[in-house]
Amino acid sequence: MSGTESHGGETPAQALATAKLGIWTFLATEVLLFGGLFTCYIVFRLKYPELFYTEHLKLNRPLGLVNTVVLITSSLTMALGIAAMKQGLRRRATACISLTILLACGFLGVKYVEWSEDFSHGLYPGTNLFFSLYFMMTGLHGIHVVAGICALCWVLVLARRGRFSPEYSTPVEITGLYWHFVDLVWIYLFPLLYLVG
Amino acid sequence: MLNTSSTKAYRTYILVWLALLVLTVVTWLVSYVHLGMLNVTVAMLIASMKALLVALFFMHLRYENRLLWAFAIIPLGFLTLIIGGTLADVLLRD
Amino acid sequence: MPDDIAPSPPADRGYLTEKGFLSWACTLDHKRIGLLYLGTTLLFFLVGGVFALLLRMKLMYPGEELFSNKAYNVFFTLHGIMMIFLFIIPAIPSALGNFLIPLMIGARDVAFPRLNIFSYWIFLAGIIVILASLASPLDTGWTFYTPYSATTGAAVTVLSFGIFLVGMSSILTGLNFIVTIHRLRAPGLTWFRLPLFIWSMYATSIIQVLATPVVGITFLLLAAERIFGVGFFDPAKGGDPLLFQHFFWFYSHPVVYVMILPAMGIVSEILPVFARKPIFGYKGIAYSSLAIAFIGFLVWGHHMFVSGMSDVAGIIFSFLTFFVAVPTGVKVFNWIATLYRGSISLDAPMLYSLTFIFLFIIGGLTGPFLGALATNVHLHDTYFVVAHFHYTMMGGTVIGLFAGLHYWFPKMFGRMYSERRALTAWLLIFFGFNITFFSMFILGVQGMPRRWAEYPERFQPLHIASTAGSWFLALGTVLMFWNLFRSLFRGGPAQPDPWGSKTLEWRTGSPPPTHNFAEIPTVTEWPYGFGKKEKERE
Repeated sequence: MSGTESHGGETPAQALATAKLGIWTFLATEVLLFGGLFTCYIVFRLKYPELFYTEHLKLNRPLGLVNTVVLITSSLTMALGIAAMKQGLRRRATACISLTILLACGFLGVKYVEWSEDFSHGLYPGTNLFFSLYFMMTGLHGIHVVAGICALCWVLVLARRGRFSPEYSTPVEITGLYWHFVDLVWIYLFPLLYLVG
Repeated sequence: MLNTSSTKAYRTYILVWLALLVLTVVTWLVSYVHLGMLNVTVAMLIASMKALLVALFFMHLRYENRLLWAFAIIPLGFLTLIIGGTLADVLLRD
Repeated sequence: MPDDIAPSPPADRGYLTEKGFLSWACTLDHKRIGLLYLGTTLLFFLVGGVFALLLRMKLMYPGEELFSNKAYNVFFTLHGIMMIFLFIIPAIPSALGNFLIPLMIGARDVAFPRLNIFSYWIFLAGIIVILASLASPLDTGWTFYTPYSATTGAAVTVLSFGIFLVGMSSILTGLNFIVTIHRLRAPGLTWFRLPLFIWSMYATSIIQVLATPVVGITFLLLAAERIFGVGFFDPAKGGDPLLFQHFFWFYSHPVVYVMILPAMGIVSEILPVFARKPIFGYKGIAYSSLAIAFIGFLVWGHHMFVSGMSDVAGIIFSFLTFFVAVPTGVKVFNWIATLYRGSISLDAPMLYSLTFIFLFIIGGLTGPFLGALATNVHLHDTYFVVAHFHYTMMGGTVIGLFAGLHYWFPKMFGRMYSERRALTAWLLIFFGFNITFFSMFILGVQGMPRRWAEYPERFQPLHIASTAGSWFLALGTVLMFWNLFRSLFRGGPAQPDPWGSKTLEWRTGSPPPTHNFAEIPTVTEWPYGFGKKEKERE
């Protein structure tokens, strides 16, 4: 979001409140974007419980667990980064953001391994409804992770250039909120796909 | 709110993170116990607890005003709506 | 009124001063962005209108004449896609909304100006992708029902991405408006001092933000169906074709309120000004906008009564559908009460507003026929449906847009148009419209199915009447646009407040300066205080 361009009042605090309202509205749209897929999931799971049970066993559970931990940790580093930025600890903040990006890339790396494994077992989107859902959901989530990485890199560049201060760190906070949302979606995807199938 | 008690904020974040990890492990372990339909319920309950932790602490919802709470909750209502309306058809079709 | 204003020297061109391609393409000014949307959407209105005329021409003959039935399928699809996605959804919200919201709430711009121009670019990108997909003969209808849309050779995949982009633009615009209305109101402008157009735009934006993502994912799934064969909508793979319809209408029903609510807002602005009376039932009109937006989300299933949906769902959706009539009725009654004993002047904006009410009542009241399960079975997919939604969409939204264009034209461009030409155009549009579409009600009740290229000969007389009406309608529309277009260059100068309105946009120059107001106004009362005080002043 172009939070920096916000005209939401004169003071940085007002501008931040405006930008926050913007990003929460955006997250509302994201809820409904994923909502379509969740609806599909519920409909088909109720229709074909056996299929979901047998198919979900084919997923790599340990890797799913690892990825959950990775993403939750990246949320932590993001939150710590924002807190550091608000204290004016720029080096600590940039370190935290860099770590977040690293973890996000790690998440995608694990995802890559998982998908390759699936492909090598002949499991594709279209193989059956479960795997269609699995690939669509993790795929759409993956796209959001990629977008998050881009946003985080942008924030990192701005932070390195010294654009932020304890008074003004709107883009960092906005990106943080988005990033936590990406984490939130995964928190639901993980049990739905890997654990209860 | 954060810069005044920053060490406390760091500590909160780390505690939340630990809680999230514990819940992840719990949901992982529970999935190996066969409880039938209860498996889904437990998994979703734990996921929602985790989601709540992320929203309240990492996303600062705890410190936000009512307007932002409304913006966070209303879309969930509409999500329920699309799921409910679709199920009203799909489940009751003969 | 405008005629008795002495011609003043060429006024300050305000926000229109700067010239050149980049000053428009990269502008952050909400007024310029509004005009960009206006130009783009009206262009597609004209193109879509040409397709409509072609369709009507062919339908004069019961057989396969003028052009092939295949071409007919393609043309009605193009007519639908252009009118719905490229004209009517963005027309009032993105064009007039962008232009007016900051002015009306006393702000210098929207909350996120960069996001605003960005969403226009996305809109353009979406248009380009959609146009590219039209290179293939697209014959799915604008609803893209599976399984046909998943298997046809036409470029539905490309089109899906185009619609996704257009939808994204719609979402970002709605987001911008919501935040703007929450955060940027002038001092003293409390919620219940807001102009009713702002209330209706707020309700519209909520729908745009909450419904559009669902159509986004729907088209992504449709594309995935075609690329990977994911099977969600394919019964052969265990999928459910009705799921597509659920998702599609979860968006596309609420979105008809994206089309109509802003038009209702326009009418609520114009009526008190030209009746010189305070709006009747302000809070009723304001809340009914929100109520329509909300109830609009509960009724999507009424598009699917004959699709094989479960009976229980059908009954629920039919029952809920009737509730839409309540807030709609609240609005109509309040408008009429506003007119009661007003000193009404029939200038072009007022004429179009009254036309809106008249046509919308017909369009609205034919809704319950379709919303009731039993009659729906008979009327489903007949010309009755076509007539119903043209009465609401064209008779409602488009006429509302025309009203708004005439009302705010002086503000937008600082010039007046010819009132006489505007009245002639209105007369042609009014009669043309009713001849064109009322015939369709009768055709529908007689059983003429929609989307058929050929039909039994007994339907021909009414089809000919409808086609003849479409020519008057087209003539009136062209005349109206010609009048406005000509006035862009030749119109006399407009005063800051030519109609004696009280909303904030009239408290600045016509056209307004780049940052809208020399000084942000402070608001002390609602904008509909016509009547008593005014008489005292006289």
